[in-house]
Amino acid sequence: MFKLKIWDKSYDTAVIIILVILSFVTLYPFWNSVVISLNVGTDTALGGITFWPRAFTWENYEVVFKDDRLAQAFGVSILRTIVGTFLSIFFTSMFAYGLTKKHLIGRKVYMIMCIITMFFSGGLIPSFLLIKSLHMIDTFWVLVVPGIIVVWNVIIFRTFFMELPAGLEESAKMDGCNHIRTYFSIILPISGPVLATLSLFTAVGLWNDWFTASIYINNPNLMPIQTLLNQIVNSNALSEQLSSAGGAASEFVRQLQGVSTKSLVMATMIVTTLPIIMVYPFLQRFFVKGVLIGSLKE
Amino acid sequence: MDTELQAATYKEKRHTTRKGRLRSFLAQIDLQVMVLPGVLLVLLFSYVPMWGVLIGFQDYDLFKGIFHSDWVGLKHFNMFIHSPDFFRVMRNTLAISLLKLFFGFPAPIVLALILNEVKHLGFKRFVQTVSYLPHFMSWVIVSSFVISMLSIDNGSINILLQRLGFIDEPINWLSRSEYFWGILVSTGVWKDVGFGAIIYLAAIAGIDPHLYEASAMDGAGRVRQIMHITIPGITPVIMIFLILNIGGILYAGFDDILNLTNNGANTLLRPVSDVLDTYVYRVGILGQRYSYATAVGLFKSLISVILLVLANVLARRMGRASLW
Repeated sequence: MFKLKIWDKSYDTAVIIILVILSFVTLYPFWNSVVISLNVGTDTALGGITFWPRAFTWENYEVVFKDDRLAQAFGVSILRTIVGTFLSIFFTSMFAYGLTKKHLIGRKVYMIMCIITMFFSGGLIPSFLLIKSLHMIDTFWVLVVPGIIVVWNVIIFRTFFMELPAGLEESAKMDGCNHIRTYFSIILPISGPVLATLSLFTAVGLWNDWFTASIYINNPNLMPIQTLLNQIVNSNALSEQLSSAGGAASEFVRQLQGVSTKSLVMATMIVTTLPIIMVYPFLQRFFVKGVLIGSLKE
Repeated sequence: MDTELQAATYKEKRHTTRKGRLRSFLAQIDLQVMVLPGVLLVLLFSYVPMWGVLIGFQDYDLFKGIFHSDWVGLKHFNMFIHSPDFFRVMRNTLAISLLKLFFGFPAPIVLALILNEVKHLGFKRFVQTVSYLPHFMSWVIVSSFVISMLSIDNGSINILLQRLGFIDEPINWLSRSEYFWGILVSTGVWKDVGFGAIIYLAAIAGIDPHLYEASAMDGAGRVRQIMHITIPGITPVIMIFLILNIGGILYAGFDDILNLTNNGANTLLRPVSDVLDTYVYRVGILGQRYSYATAVGLFKSLISVILLVLANVLARRMGRASLW
């Protein structure tokens, strides 16, 4: 019995140690970036910043907040996230609602059509040529419209709607509502959890997407923050790795010559990630719920 | 009221007879209006590009368009298979995705098993919250972390290894091709292990607690319980995700590779970082060889679909869970 207790205790301790190490490894890169962003740039260039800033300053953040290009990019990202999330959730859920109705003419065709897209797609180049021929390059809408219908979300919405009690809709119908009215005044108000979850995933996806703009947007006024950041980081890192400083430096980096760009890049990154970090603690229970409705049900 | 409802249901059912088809369509015009935008958007943005893969069989000319460009059959497929890039791209794609499967697939399962052993609920929740945070960061941010951690003059990894005495000189990690696969795979695990564990934790929570009580009565320790109850209990879920992963075996990554190689501009890493998807991007979008890149992309999707179907058939034969 005594032996068993010791074994049990050391087992628990081992589990805790493993998880503490894991948490540290996950959090440290964030922490280190915050520290670098709060350090004087020229001092950062000397190296060796790990746990605490050596020469503390808010300067990097001041530069970031004063930079017009960054402000513009933030604006584009915010607008894109709001408009894109709204349109996507609106049309995706409506589509899914229609598909729950067994008597919908063409329902089977629509369903099969959706499912095929989960296994096969035209790929990057045909999509690129399509966007090009639609004259959507260098428009705000290219950042929003192609991603409106997310087939995976159609299926999640549909599963959710099908589990709602049928009596609700019947009574709405008795009161003379058509499907559109029923959907807006009965179905949507009681779909809070799934709406919140999928809005959140969609919003995070739109906020984080950098690739769409990197191939479809050349106009600097329409550049979202992640794409701009990708360019800054690349020109900065590339010069470091290939040790040909300044070779491919972007406009932004060039403007800030003299200051070590690293602290500045970190400050931009932190500001970019801040919206997610801030909503994260409040919404993480939705994240979990979202993954589960997305995966365990058929 | 009741008769009205009956009439409505009758109307909706009547389209099974051909005569009333148009009428029943008009009767449900509200529903059709609701699905119309969805149908149109899927047709436009998913099906038009599918039709667009035809340019892989053409010498596509941007000015002539898909209707007037010359048909060349399998020329571009042959060109890819016989090109010097083929071996390199295929090797990298398979190696990276197999490495990701080998390390990335079991990692969330192991984390879920470990988390399940924690008795203190607050600590468990803390670790979970921390572990799935990186999943919500963009690859731009995550790769900046990695680049910063590995940098030669500042990187914490170099500092740590030097202080521990493992290395004398800081290593320029991202300019040495022999480290790239390791960096890529571990970054992927770092980013997604916590998020992946959510599903397995839910599956574990669904296991009948009586099984644990019964096994404890029979004298099973905690390790034995994991081996004989928890793991068998979540095997169906594991199988489904394994099948999905096998379907994606030609997907070695895109965002992560592009961001860690400076959008492919890091030529030092190209011999080990070029995979099918980044290759399509480079020759197609940057090099504007549209037909060739489309052929490469099509080659990839076809093999992926075949693999997915095969994996599913195999899984069904084995009497385990299947996707359809």
